[in-house]
Amino acid sequence: MTWLLRLLSPLDRKLARDLWAMKGQALAIACVIAGGVSVFLISAGMLDSLTETRRAYYERYRFADIWAPVVRAPDALAADIRRIEGVQAAETRIRAPLLFDIPGMSEPASGEAISLPDGREPLVNQLYLMEGRLPRPGQRGEAVVIDSFAAAHGLEIGDTLSATIRGGRSELTVVGRALSPEHVYTIAPGQIVPDPRLYGVIWMSRDALGEAVDQDGAFNEAIVRLMPGQDAAPVIDRLDRLLDPYGAPGAYGRDDQISDAFVSSEIEQLSTMGRILPPIFLAVAAFLVNVVLSRLVATERAEIGLMKAFGYRDRDVMAHYLKFAGLIGVLGLAIGGGAGVWLGRLMAGLYTDYYHFPFLVFTANPRVYLLALAITVAAVGGGAILAARRAAALHPAVAMQPPPPPDYSRTAGMGLTRLTLLDQPSRMILRRLVQWPGRAGFTLAGVAMSGALLVGTLYFTDAMEAMVSSYFDQSNRQDVTVSFVEPRQRSAFHEVARLPGVLAAEPFRSVAVRLYHGPAEERAAMMGVTRGAALSRMIGADGRGVETPPGGLVLSGDLAATLGVEAGDRIRVEITEGRRPVLELPVAAVVTTLIGSGVQMELGDLNALLGEGEVVSGAHLVADGDAVDRLYTALKSAPGVAGVSLQSVAERNFRALMDESMGVAIWLYTGFAGLIAIGVIYNSVRISLSESAHEFATLRVLGFTRAEVSYILLGEIGILTLIALPAGGLLGTGLAWYFAEAMSSDLFRLPFIIHPATYGFAAAVILVTTALSGLIVRARLDHLDLVAVLKARE
Amino acid sequence: MTPAERQTSTAPCFRTRGLTKVYGSGENAVHALRGVDLDLPEGELVVLLGPSGSGKSTLLNILGGLDAASDGEVWFRDHELSAANPAALTLYRRRHVGFVFQFYNLMPSLTARENVQLVTEIADNPMKAEEALGMVGLENRLDHFPAQLSGGEQQRVAIARAIAKRPSVLLCDEPTGALDSATGIRVLQALKQVNETLGATTLVITHNAGVAAMAHRVITFSDGRIGEVRTNEHRVDPSELSW
Repeated sequence: MTWLLRLLSPLDRKLARDLWAMKGQALAIACVIAGGVSVFLISAGMLDSLTETRRAYYERYRFADIWAPVVRAPDALAADIRRIEGVQAAETRIRAPLLFDIPGMSEPASGEAISLPDGREPLVNQLYLMEGRLPRPGQRGEAVVIDSFAAAHGLEIGDTLSATIRGGRSELTVVGRALSPEHVYTIAPGQIVPDPRLYGVIWMSRDALGEAVDQDGAFNEAIVRLMPGQDAAPVIDRLDRLLDPYGAPGAYGRDDQISDAFVSSEIEQLSTMGRILPPIFLAVAAFLVNVVLSRLVATERAEIGLMKAFGYRDRDVMAHYLKFAGLIGVLGLAIGGGAGVWLGRLMAGLYTDYYHFPFLVFTANPRVYLLALAITVAAVGGGAILAARRAAALHPAVAMQPPPPPDYSRTAGMGLTRLTLLDQPSRMILRRLVQWPGRAGFTLAGVAMSGALLVGTLYFTDAMEAMVSSYFDQSNRQDVTVSFVEPRQRSAFHEVARLPGVLAAEPFRSVAVRLYHGPAEERAAMMGVTRGAALSRMIGADGRGVETPPGGLVLSGDLAATLGVEAGDRIRVEITEGRRPVLELPVAAVVTTLIGSGVQMELGDLNALLGEGEVVSGAHLVADGDAVDRLYTALKSAPGVAGVSLQSVAERNFRALMDESMGVAIWLYTGFAGLIAIGVIYNSVRISLSESAHEFATLRVLGFTRAEVSYILLGEIGILTLIALPAGGLLGTGLAWYFAEAMSSDLFRLPFIIHPATYGFAAAVILVTTALSGLIVRARLDHLDLVAVLKARE
Repeated sequence: MTPAERQTSTAPCFRTRGLTKVYGSGENAVHALRGVDLDLPEGELVVLLGPSGSGKSTLLNILGGLDAASDGEVWFRDHELSAANPAALTLYRRRHVGFVFQFYNLMPSLTARENVQLVTEIADNPMKAEEALGMVGLENRLDHFPAQLSGGEQQRVAIARAIAKRPSVLLCDEPTGALDSATGIRVLQALKQVNETLGATTLVITHNAGVAAMAHRVITFSDGRIGEVRTNEHRVDPSELSW
């Protein structure tokens, strides 16, 4: 170490030793910088990685821009679709729901089968084949299985798989394992969390699937890729007109494609986090650098005077202190860079559990690293420049004189601190606060900000918990939802209700609709529910199911907002299936739904409007826990059942998702908030000690005990912390409100709910941090050199 | 009661035997005290003289409970300071010792009165802060902050702070070191007055041999040992001193 020092110039050696002497404080500041840098790297890098991976994947595997489902349209239309202006490529295909029968698994797994063109790669939505091959034309029993489902069931090439498609049972041989750009987030319709065990996708040859679903020479979905730069809306219009005679509910773009909507929502959230958090960290770091450096300059007055007396120029002195800050910045960058990349990789790993890309490597592009460097330099430099300039501006003759004692007579003599019932140590604490209001204010702001960050990030757990409880405990209390292949007579519902193990059942009718109000237009799913539905229903603000008045609609809040309607307005409803009636209906109520959106109507009213008789699309069931296996078995072989979803499993999955990925992210951010608290509090206490070491030692000489002196040292930060707690709670409430607004999407809305326990936990973290910082610094108090005080002049 | 009478009626205020203090170890060891035997009677004003590094400050620190001896015994009345733990030494300083430093060491955030109250609040039988400040002639400067007081005034506040607890001993390390001669004399007068009215055993370290003339007893240090101890038959009033 010493030989290394000898290589340095004397000034740099001084720098190295100063830095070593202040290593605790330097490290605390570096950690705050590191917090900002790593949050920035994680969010910006993850944002980059996800965006770039998605772009490359979509581009390379020709992800569709538009999906246009129909009931049944002749293959010949494909040529017309390809001729639409702006269409680069189009493919027609068959898509059908199915039920799997997995040996040894009692729950019914559902999924969908998608056709592949015979004998060639599709032009749109190509598969990323991980293993095996595509089905051979003419080979009816072959299927490619989506990787997640294959992995969940240990399916390998050559294994057989039983699937019921449209009531017909197929024995399929697995010939390949693949990913698809359409199924990055592989999720069952109506679900919120993927379950690779219970939901799978298979691809079959067009012939084979066409035969299974009776669509020979026909297709039920067209997918379209647009020319670069082409707007989707006019093409969607043309498609709708072209396909209207074939029972088209309406084409939709990537916005409404469920997998991409989830990926986009994730990207949006990352970008929000990346916008908010790093600036907070770096502002705190800049403040800390300024405070610590100012303190250093104050203690080194004499040295600065000497340096200048010896002929060092102003800029040498300034450079010296800027270097000091620069080294701390470099340390922070190094820690933050390393931690950011490491955590980013960890996070990328978590993402790949839920988002299935062929590859997802955490790679921030050089711009991100440069930006991290630039904002660190700006923060540290901004913090250091004032102190460094102050050092450079000192006149040598003045600098070598000891500084005059701080004059408390003007500021601290007033008001509160004059109260006679105060003891002197308390008076000292108060006067120090009043004497340096700027410093006290900054400390207060720093602690409050870390408290706010804690509340803001912990809020997510509260919001998620509220979402889960609202969605599963109130809105969707069924255990099982059965959906039929097509609407069936009410008697089909009674058959399901009579299945073994069913304790209660409720029918529903679901139709695709388009809602219009003025110029606004939205696609939505309309649910017909029975009066007094107790299982699956919309929940009002009072937590009770909303009764749908006869003939009226209940709209989810987000839909109402996009359409610009309130309760009492009338909207135009175009039902995009069956006879396709267009209706003017009154909005009876608008309710806030946390997950998903939609519109609800009374089942009888809906059926009356549709004119298809007493039909239902499926049923919600409450199952007897002891007989659930028998129910599952019965459902697997029930005719006309297209899909079965299990709410209890979904809830478990949702909680697992919260614990795993969101849990990690939330605790990570909580840790970072704690880091800020440590940085601010430790530095404040440490600086108080070094500024007043002389006074504290004098007090010890005068016979004050360690506890009494600690009271003065820690009382100041204690008071500031106590004031900062409510301020931080208030700021955190604001931050949580902003997160709730900024992070809500079409997929879900974060409720603005903060539990008292969240405030309590945040306060506890701050108090423990304060106590720990206090203890660490107090240990130094115990080793004050009392003898030196008698001789030293400050 | 004269010091001589006290000496005969009671045990000495301080007694040391073989007092040794070594800083550092091995080649770097510095022997600050090399076996000091000393008896200081109650109530005397003692001046310690000697060049820098002769051991007088080390002795003062050990007597004041700020530093521990490497070897030997130190007794304050019937308490063995050399056997006391840090908490006991804190209590000893709190109850019995008043310190006056070369650089005053006042709390800049407290007024003159409050600086004195700082000590009276934790003392067992203190005088009023105003009374202590009156004894050093500062009754008109009670509510001034240190930054508003001259060096001599600050030192007198420090003396008032030291005496307000009615200490048994008053330890002063270069109390006039930072002051001009006229101001220094005022401070010495204050010390003399306190010694006489409170009867506190007073030790004053100084570089200034002239100050020795006001003492009951003068101890000269050199190289960690006591070179000479003499008692003044005729004490000179501080007002007659000059340097």
